[in-house]
Amino acid sequence: MGIKQRMSGNEAVAYAMKQINPDVMPAFPITPSTELPQFVSSYIANGEMDTEFIPVESEHSAMSAAIGAEAAGARTMTATSSAGLALMWEMLYVAASNRLPIALALVNRALSGPLNINCEHSDSMGARDSGWIQIYAEDNQEAYDNFIQAYRIAEHKDVMLPIMICQDGFIISHGVSNIELLEDEAVKAFVGEYNPKHFLLNENEPMAVGPYAVSCYGMESKRAHAQAMINAGRVILDVAAEFEKISGKKYGFFEAYRLEDAEIAIVAIGSACGTTKDAVDLLRAEGKKAGLLKVRVFRPFPGKELAGALRNCRAVAILDRCESFSANGGPLAAELSAALYQAKGQAEVLKIVYGLNGRDYTVEDARQVFADLEEIAANGNRDGQEYRYIGLRE
Amino acid sequence: MSQTGFKEYQQRQERLAPGHRLCAGCGGTIAVRNVLKALRPGDKAVVGNATGCLEVSTFTYPYTSYEDSYIHSAFENAGATLSGVETAYHALKKKGKIKEEYKFITFGGDGGTYDIGFQSLSGAMERGHDMVYVCYDNGAYMNTGIQRSSATPMYADTTTTPVGSRSNGKPQGRKDLAAIMAAHHIPYVAQTTFIGNMMDLYQKSEKAIYTKGPAFLNIMAPCPRGWRYEAPDIIQICKMAVETCYWPLFEVTDGRWELSYQPKEKLPLEEFLRLQGRFRHLFLPGNEYLIEAFQAEVDRRWEELKKRCGA
Repeated sequence: MGIKQRMSGNEAVAYAMKQINPDVMPAFPITPSTELPQFVSSYIANGEMDTEFIPVESEHSAMSAAIGAEAAGARTMTATSSAGLALMWEMLYVAASNRLPIALALVNRALSGPLNINCEHSDSMGARDSGWIQIYAEDNQEAYDNFIQAYRIAEHKDVMLPIMICQDGFIISHGVSNIELLEDEAVKAFVGEYNPKHFLLNENEPMAVGPYAVSCYGMESKRAHAQAMINAGRVILDVAAEFEKISGKKYGFFEAYRLEDAEIAIVAIGSACGTTKDAVDLLRAEGKKAGLLKVRVFRPFPGKELAGALRNCRAVAILDRCESFSANGGPLAAELSAALYQAKGQAEVLKIVYGLNGRDYTVEDARQVFADLEEIAANGNRDGQEYRYIGLRE
Repeated sequence: MSQTGFKEYQQRQERLAPGHRLCAGCGGTIAVRNVLKALRPGDKAVVGNATGCLEVSTFTYPYTSYEDSYIHSAFENAGATLSGVETAYHALKKKGKIKEEYKFITFGGDGGTYDIGFQSLSGAMERGHDMVYVCYDNGAYMNTGIQRSSATPMYADTTTTPVGSRSNGKPQGRKDLAAIMAAHHIPYVAQTTFIGNMMDLYQKSEKAIYTKGPAFLNIMAPCPRGWRYEAPDIIQICKMAVETCYWPLFEVTDGRWELSYQPKEKLPLEEFLRLQGRFRHLFLPGNEYLIEAFQAEVDRRWEELKKRCGA
């Protein structure tokens, strides 16, 4: 049933966009996500899509126009990276708090400075508290599959939240590899029509969006938003189960790779997981009980489930492709450490920062991390340093 | 273009419902009520709004003052936000999901229009969305407490250009936003205020709303708090703004500049300035040179405008 192809991550997500054919796309070019509005414009120019494209003059206006379009009742998407997401920041909160199920294809790239166009998760991680759902991909296949699932999650009546579908800049977005695409009809049937309950252009019922709320109302709005994020967990799993029926591909909050009996494990997000899998296989061939926990869903944060998956590990390295300048490790390390503590986990934890500004993460790097974990599993963390960098020039 | 008479405008249903929390004597309120009266009865509209006094006073949860659909999202993006709504309309219309005709009108103060929302406005106009952007220009950031904007007239006393022993108020003149919008070569740009029976405002609003493509209306909308006047004085202030040529009435239709009104005898600028507390310091002994400088600037701009209008 699948169509076998070779595509880059950007080509794959653009193809998903074409198949879904949303009503409106405001977007502004920024490396490495620029190809997405280019591909969409080209599909439109050749009559393969009838989405209305808005060539806005900035990312702030891209998100603002997306808010207007989605509030008006149109299924809306956009795409950006790095500084583009940073410029949207204010409007990310407005989109989420107005409960507008916009889909944003994020191609992860470092924030300045130094000015750098390469992969890092600092853009989306900085936006982790803006109230958007965040789903990450290991490769082009997952980026495509995640985008196909996006609107089903975002537009679910118990959720109604915007969703960020993230892929690693260049490594995934520009790296060409094999992919299995779904038939157009299957995608259309799966995603369905968007028929919002309330919208500005409802001829039978005018509505007002974006109120000023004083302290006697504002907190309830945030609590309802928080509940929607809690609900998103169940919906993400339900949608994944349905997606499996049409694609044969299994998705959840995370992927546990050779983790069942693992004593040492790496936890990571994105393309680093593919590299880590190779290292795990090499170590397993040497008889070492190594495993990987690949985090797919970061918002909502499935802390309990992730901690549960690591329950048998003696030492765990949590990898962040992002520095949060907390002097205490990156955001995944901070949140997962807290979840492990709550779950009364016994594992020693390393909080590792890697891959900043597009620095390569190699199988050798992963093997070095596993070697450190073995040492810690056997003898404890003797130098006491939990927060470390790898891949740094001496 | 419009044959609608004064009575008909007056008799149209209010689309800004009473009960909002704007001040007595607020020009912003008068602008919104009367622009919306230019919508023909039965026509649907989506009203947009930048953050400001108007927004916080007309859509305080859980109450809205708008009879039409309304959207506010932030301070600097009223242009972009409404451009999204307008595009959604075309997308849904194309798919047969909407049958009726809609008009798109957004309101911003001068802070949200001349300054922080300038880029968003320029982008929306340049892209050619079929919408009207209305600036209710009260010449300062009034919602945050009367800070200067690029629309604040020279020498005005504001909280960030306070008059003091070493300050005569705002050192710079006003940005000429209507001319900048005309330079976008959009189908319609007009400048107006509250004069007489409001026909100038009604007719320009109607023309802006029913001209296909983007239109920009700049409406001088005095603010009793920032300008420091008694509520009933607003009409006299507007009249003097026009009679002194501080605020000329004009329109630019498809690139053709036209004066809407030319005073038979241009009054001295003092007639406008003396009605407002923000210019009180200009009338202190020894400050005559400030009024002269301000008058010279008004004269220079008036001559420039007349030249553009071929008047």
